[in-house]
Amino acid sequence: MSAREQILGQIRRSLGRDGPIEGEALNRAEERLREPPRGLIPERSQKAAADLALLFVEKAQKANCTVEEVGSLRQVPDAIATYLTQENLPAEVRMGEHPDLLAIPFEQRPTLTVTKGRTDGTHAVSLAAAFAGAAETGTLALLSGPEGPTSLNFLPESEIVILRKSKIVGPYEDIWQMLRARTAQTGSMPRTVNFITGPSRTGDIEQKIELGAHGPLRLHIVIIDDL
Amino acid sequence: MHITTKRFKKNAAEAMDNPQLQQALTKMKTGFVERRADARAGLPEFDALRDQARDIKNHTLENMDFYLERFESNVHANGGHVHWARNAEEARRIAGDICAEVGAKTVTKGKSMISEEIALNDGLEERGFEVIETDLGEYILQLRKEGPSHIIAPAIHVLKEQVADDFRAHHIQFDKARPLNEPRELISEAREVLRQKYLDSDVGITGANFLIAETGTSVIVTNEGNGDLTQALPKVHVVIASLEKVVPTLDDASAILRVLARSATGQEFTAYTTFSTGPKRDGDPDGPEEYHVILLDNGRTAMLGTEYQDMLRCIRCGACMNHCPVYGAVGGHAYGWVYPGPMGAVLTPSFIGVDQGGQLPNASTFCGRCEAVCPMRIPLPKMMRHYRAKEYEEGLSPPAMRFGLDVWGFMATKPRLYRLATRLVIGVLGRMGRRKGHFSTLPLADGWTKYRDLPAPDGRTFQDQWDDAGGAR
Repeated sequence: MSAREQILGQIRRSLGRDGPIEGEALNRAEERLREPPRGLIPERSQKAAADLALLFVEKAQKANCTVEEVGSLRQVPDAIATYLTQENLPAEVRMGEHPDLLAIPFEQRPTLTVTKGRTDGTHAVSLAAAFAGAAETGTLALLSGPEGPTSLNFLPESEIVILRKSKIVGPYEDIWQMLRARTAQTGSMPRTVNFITGPSRTGDIEQKIELGAHGPLRLHIVIIDDL
Repeated sequence: MHITTKRFKKNAAEAMDNPQLQQALTKMKTGFVERRADARAGLPEFDALRDQARDIKNHTLENMDFYLERFESNVHANGGHVHWARNAEEARRIAGDICAEVGAKTVTKGKSMISEEIALNDGLEERGFEVIETDLGEYILQLRKEGPSHIIAPAIHVLKEQVADDFRAHHIQFDKARPLNEPRELISEAREVLRQKYLDSDVGITGANFLIAETGTSVIVTNEGNGDLTQALPKVHVVIASLEKVVPTLDDASAILRVLARSATGQEFTAYTTFSTGPKRDGDPDGPEEYHVILLDNGRTAMLGTEYQDMLRCIRCGACMNHCPVYGAVGGHAYGWVYPGPMGAVLTPSFIGVDQGGQLPNASTFCGRCEAVCPMRIPLPKMMRHYRAKEYEEGLSPPAMRFGLDVWGFMATKPRLYRLATRLVIGVLGRMGRRKGHFSTLPLADGWTKYRDLPAPDGRTFQDQWDDAGGAR
């Protein structure tokens, strides 16, 4: 007997069954996967859109992000250039091919060098566009693919993420709802969904929290007010 | 890993006499506890979410075969592979075969307790692969050739001065006179050393905090980002996970995530929660070309349907050990195997047998804090009690303990005799200790008085005081 058959058989015997679940139990389990039931959603994340954006900012800052808000994509080049100068970082960003990123008029700031694609670790600053943000903990959701190479979220020492205010939701469950709608169109989940809440950190040396363990040391969020 | 569970008492005594360990444990005891309390206070629904988390896992365990099969077929649908392993040896062989098949030389690893449980590093090194731990705590332990002493903070027993010594001994490429006094300096150096390892690695192995049946997704939760670099950069990603990690849906995983970090580090959410589904897609600029999941049993199916089934709800947050007075006094290594603290006292006899791990359930005062803080509401003291009974029934407890239990059992079933004897003992002790209020030595009780004083009783038994106070019978 294969390991698979033996393990499944042992599960069933231990649970006092002769075979797979059937009847009502099977229907219930099938239904749970087809229409995932929503559990208890914390009250803090059940708010109007504008209040959710405020909560998102508060929580992201608590998680050691820096956050700023601009009126449109047109203001992003200035915001990025100013941030890089303030933090004493090189005027170069590496980004994926997300439509929002491609729509940013970088030509306004000719001194800012923008390149596209994954990183092999030689890029100091990355730029990404978030799929959504969960206000309950100030968490960004980023999808892998040509629009957002995963390496950009972990190898550079600094990451800048743009997030449309209209994509800020309350709980994580709302992000899954958006993702299921996307999957229905594209046919599959992205390889990776990264939930990111602040820059990298570790407490492994005497429980003292230090930022920038293996991933970014800085995470800067630029919220685009599109409401 | 060398198992020393049987010499728990000796391990514990050595731990109490180790000043460096005691210094490290003192720092731990306040940090985790306060941060969890703050996180709980910050979310009014926290306790209701614990009930919900328990219910989700209970439902999943009752239908585990269904959800595992669904998980498997969804991994396949996304281009990944699933391997079933009955025991540690099978899992090691499967992981080694995957590495061999792609001609791997170096393997990077994210932190995984399952990997410790099955001694995966030894298995891979025997086959000639270079294995590099990337979690900072695990990396420090790999240099020190030690096992983890805590399930989420593996190097919690190590002081920063010791880390500095280890780095100087192993990182010989750097200037000998460099300063390594601050955690920041140590972390920067580890970051630099490990960065190249990620880029050179052929296979990345991670654990999983959840497996999601709905989508065929594995989930890891980290703060450092090491697990993500481990799984995103090499051409093969291997996930090793035990069967009970499966949950039905993305929503179910999210619901449990709300109690996980708060219980573990006291964070509202960890920095990185990563959902991985299959290998890289056509057109993806990065990500692994192969995605494998090894599903490990190693004793889990034998716990299903027994009085220990509730233990399979455990999400490995570490809250039970953070709040345990015994763990806080002796640290994790004293427990002698992979899983320490209250959860380890239940898992160890379950996985390696009561004959090996039967002493660990005795390492509890039954104060109940572990159950009180468990996000999955696992009745840990009850299960430890079951194992104590089993150890006694199987004749495995030491003779002095059996004699003591037999005497107590004899007395406790004869109420008049019990009252008389306790009155006598309490009366004598009360008179003897009246002046000082405590005993610093006492015959037959030096195990207690060696580390602390025994408060003197006030001379009257509980039963007598209860009667005087008009307590009901």
